[in-house]
Amino acid sequence: MFDFKVVTNWIDTLLLSFLPGWAATLVECVLVALAIITLYAVFAIILIYMERKICAFFQCRLGPNRVGKWGSIQVLADVLKMLTKEIIDMKNVDRLLHKMAPFLVIVASMLTFACLPWNKGAEVLDFNIGIFFFLAAGSIGVVGILLAGWSSNNKYALIGAMRSGAQIISYEVSIGLVMLTMIVLTGTMSFSEICQQQADLGWNIFRGHIPAVLCFIIYLIAGNAECNRGPFDMPEAESELTAGYHVEYSGMHFGFYYLAEYLNLFICAGIASTIFLGGWAPFHIPGLEGFNHVMDYIPGAVWMVGKTFFVVFLLMWIRWTFPRLRIDQLLALEWKYLMPMSLVLLVLMAVCVSLGLTF
Amino acid sequence: MNTESIVFLVLAFFVALFSVLSVTTKRIIRAATYLLFVLFGTAGLYFLLGYTFLGAVQIMVYAGGIVVLYIFAIMLTGKTGDAKQHTLTVGKRAAALVAALVGAGLLMFVIITHQFVSHQLGADVTNEAAAPISQIGSSLLNAGEEGNLLPFEAVSVLLLACIIGGLIIARKR
Repeated sequence: MFDFKVVTNWIDTLLLSFLPGWAATLVECVLVALAIITLYAVFAIILIYMERKICAFFQCRLGPNRVGKWGSIQVLADVLKMLTKEIIDMKNVDRLLHKMAPFLVIVASMLTFACLPWNKGAEVLDFNIGIFFFLAAGSIGVVGILLAGWSSNNKYALIGAMRSGAQIISYEVSIGLVMLTMIVLTGTMSFSEICQQQADLGWNIFRGHIPAVLCFIIYLIAGNAECNRGPFDMPEAESELTAGYHVEYSGMHFGFYYLAEYLNLFICAGIASTIFLGGWAPFHIPGLEGFNHVMDYIPGAVWMVGKTFFVVFLLMWIRWTFPRLRIDQLLALEWKYLMPMSLVLLVLMAVCVSLGLTF
Repeated sequence: MNTESIVFLVLAFFVALFSVLSVTTKRIIRAATYLLFVLFGTAGLYFLLGYTFLGAVQIMVYAGGIVVLYIFAIMLTGKTGDAKQHTLTVGKRAAALVAALVGAGLLMFVIITHQFVSHQLGADVTNEAAAPISQIGSSLLNAGEEGNLLPFEAVSVLLLACIIGGLIIARKR
């Protein structure tokens, strides 16, 4: 596989040749931040177009088809509209918190976005506690949602925020337990090591067989709920709560919530593909040397993005197929079914690993 | 002044500013939000020291857990327009003053008498403190020489008691 460290090391030595150490680090940080923000915006545009088209096909419609060929630049037009809209100031609200809340959500989303391993050697944030940091950074977003609901001075926004907070906190338990199960299998929490291991030994979903497949299913359900997406989109159920916690936001402040919602979907899918489907590791079949050699020629970034969009498609399929749950059913599903199941799976995986039953 | 000292000073200023703001603001929800930023700054200090595990725990437990709990409690108990400060009696003021003076004295005593590893800001202690996660895990669940199994279990019994207490209070009769 091509190691992206070749490129980053070349840039590093180039900058160090005419800049002092701190300035080179600063320039590198700015370059990486620019790359992340650009990717963030580009993926948001792709995801919104994808969601509208897939939703349309599931409902036997055509979807956007007026602006550009197959409606392909519809989303760009929407972005321009969003950018030029006025941000409305309201009376009798806590203005500081009202304006700060979207930034908390978007910062949490970008921090988790930076954890994704794009290619061999192209991880942005890569600690020895990568997965734990990912979970921690993801938990900041819920504060932004709660503050948005509180500071809007609107009962629908408040109820929406409470539902959303309760839902995200509940489903975080399952996500944490499922990730713990996979850490038992991999023995490391660093994203780069997890990917390298899967490139050497095979994808985790095959290595961990039965417990890993069940974990993958639980992760998809809990991840869908974590992103506030259907069939768990109670916080913003249109007919009952108008739009949930972001009902009072306009212009780009609303746009931040919208962006974060779609990127959280992408991040959720990206982590699923990293932990279960190998990240940038190519698909190998033991014994078929020629086939494996051909697969190695496909770059790691293509594998990573391809797998992620496959999982995104699965999540969108779920969203547009199932009817919405009630809030009590939603919490019962987590606390009475998913959490006990993931605890059992954790024990099962530990037994499998200690008896050497994994590949 | 190396890079780490500059980052440390920025973080220290950030923590100090939001600590002051969180006790001087008159709206309780804003106090909780400023507390959140103080905790972010503390986590930043841990990351600066290279102790990523403690930094992530700080964000996870305090920012993602405790502050969310505070905000939930405020949302459930307070009213949206509830911005008025309660009037302070003389006794409360005196108690607050005594508590603040005693706290400041204790802190100054510890800071002055403690022999720090290095007397310079952000010297070469970086990355030495970073224990691998496997070492943390095995020492947390080890009953031997370096083990911390007993405090770990004691804390889990405490948390279990909290959960049962919460359930008994919340249960419908």
